[in-house]
Amino acid sequence: MSQDTLAAFANALATGSIRVVDLTQTLSPAFPQITLPPEFGQCWPFRIEEVSHYDERGPGWYWNNFSCGEHTGTHFDAPIHWVSGRHLPNNAVDTIPVEHFIGPACVIDCSKEAAADADFLLTVSFVEAWEARHGRIPPRAWVLMRTDWSKRTDPVAYQNFDATGQHTPGPDADVVRFLVEQRDVIGFGTEAIGTDAGQGYHLRPPYPCHSIMHGAGRYGLQCLANLDQLPPTGAVIFAAPLKIEQGSGSPLRVLAMVSER
Amino acid sequence: MSLPRPPKKNPILRTRAPTTPPGGRSRVALGLTTAAALGRLELQVCRDCGTVQYPPREACHACLSERLRWTVQDGAGELIADTVLTHSNDLYFRERLPWRLGMVRLDAGTSVVAHVHGDVGDAPARIRVGARLDRAGQAVLVAFPEQETKDMADDRQLREMTCDPKYRKVLVTDGKTPTGQAVVRALVDAGADLVWVGHAEPWKQYAGFDAIAGLPAVTPVPLDLTDSRAVSSLAAQIGGKVDIVVNTAEHHRTFGIGDRRGLDAARAEMDINYFGLLRLAQDFGPALKARAADGDSGACAWVNVLSVYALANFPAHGTFSASKAAAYSLAQCLRAEMRASGVRVVNVFPGPVDDEWNQLVPPPKLAPSALAAAIVKALRDGVEDVFPGEVAQDWLARWRDDPKALERELSL
Repeated sequence: MSQDTLAAFANALATGSIRVVDLTQTLSPAFPQITLPPEFGQCWPFRIEEVSHYDERGPGWYWNNFSCGEHTGTHFDAPIHWVSGRHLPNNAVDTIPVEHFIGPACVIDCSKEAAADADFLLTVSFVEAWEARHGRIPPRAWVLMRTDWSKRTDPVAYQNFDATGQHTPGPDADVVRFLVEQRDVIGFGTEAIGTDAGQGYHLRPPYPCHSIMHGAGRYGLQCLANLDQLPPTGAVIFAAPLKIEQGSGSPLRVLAMVSER
Repeated sequence: MSLPRPPKKNPILRTRAPTTPPGGRSRVALGLTTAAALGRLELQVCRDCGTVQYPPREACHACLSERLRWTVQDGAGELIADTVLTHSNDLYFRERLPWRLGMVRLDAGTSVVAHVHGDVGDAPARIRVGARLDRAGQAVLVAFPEQETKDMADDRQLREMTCDPKYRKVLVTDGKTPTGQAVVRALVDAGADLVWVGHAEPWKQYAGFDAIAGLPAVTPVPLDLTDSRAVSSLAAQIGGKVDIVVNTAEHHRTFGIGDRRGLDAARAEMDINYFGLLRLAQDFGPALKARAADGDSGACAWVNVLSVYALANFPAHGTFSASKAAAYSLAQCLRAEMRASGVRVVNVFPGPVDDEWNQLVPPPKLAPSALAAAIVKALRDGVEDVFPGEVAQDWLARWRDDPKALERELSL
């Protein structure tokens, strides 16, 4: 049975009846990194240094060294990232069960709302309205909040800071609790720089998606791209972080598989 | 005589390769250079008989005493003879003829040969001798008019020895800090043709940046010294036009070893203050060197904003001090590598600047505008090492007197 399923899957990939969508931003020094007040420790941006380029440093080969933080670019958040998840079992990227890295995705389109209001917050009623159209969110699914924020290729517009901080869309506290407790999601993904809204520090609790999701052993994906190419339901996400010992997260390549109807 | 705006470069003509005047000096003669690097004229004075002597020697030419002390001179004197050189076999001077020279009788009692400023009248004339560094980085003497004249800095011979920003194109590497912004304004006021001003992390908005970015002579350019590709890419775009680099980019945190766990703050300081300079020098250095003799406003200087903490560690800002000491060492390497081209490396060692990261340092603190003014003055005077402000001067004096004593004092 499983062999038949996998053979059918391989055939579907080969024939193109399953389309693979890259949900990943390119790792580039120009891509903005999360910005904390200067007195805090900072996540490194992506940086790259040439080792050799078919030259005197290595005549026949080209390669680079790169550096970045665990939370640079399109990245995965493990429960250990947040203080609320620090004591959970299997809470780091090297110990999370690998089957959690592949799962179905529900894509909630908030692009119109985010375009109208950079501080748009996803609510329970918004999710319930989505479920009324597309069906109930199944257990152990990723919920991905589509905002088209990834189309903001200008780093200034992507970060969207003003004197009161960052203004990017995200979930409110109640919907995070609802998704964890009522829908048993595996994690929450966004297109902006965090799973929480830019003004999430002012919600109760502060940074609810980090606090509640990770406190319940769930995961986060952020800086996703191309969510507009996914159907509301039916896509399967492959999101496996690097196996960093006691890692709190990792940049990763996120792929979605979509049936061509 | 006022220097007219240099014409645009004729792209058909080959760019003249840099040459430098004769640079050999005995060790004792380097005493003149040591003082000139700080903008001072010092001559040997015999502690036994009081004779002021020139040229420098191992012993007093009057009494043979070896007790000679380098002493600041006011340079007052009389031009007793002058001539204009119209022929030279030296590669540097033959390209710059005619060249005015003269013999000066200093009031202090000795006679010197000096380059003569164009505004000095025919001999005999009262003049004031100053020491300048020539393109070889060695001290030479210049006879100036006794009174300041209009556009004195524009003299063709003098501009060979200075790095006046007038009509030059300057890159200021970080315009987001108060120091960077003050430097940009000072350069614009000094008549710089064009100032490129770097800004990293464009989503972080800081007060004042838009105001300088809007000045007519100013062009903002994205530049993050931690990003090798960004530095290379900017050098590819403008490296062939930059005449002066002023590296104002700096990362400053206020930690020693014990009061901040981990490496993040120290590494960020090294990444900008040390590796940032290295990246910048690798990418902008070669074109700067190649254009060191490119007409009346060719490439001429590289300014590093270091810190007086580079001389001795200020433990309250311990990792910052270490990064600046590393940068100072690298700046000496840069100076050595630039010397053959004649591009001057100017190291600026301010004490605490009155900015965010020195909030808890008690006054006196150096105003960013005072630091900027010191940088422009250093370029105009062609000096190599600048210690602007009272704190820097005090540290320098204590360090020169006894580095070990300063170390102990700073650890209290």
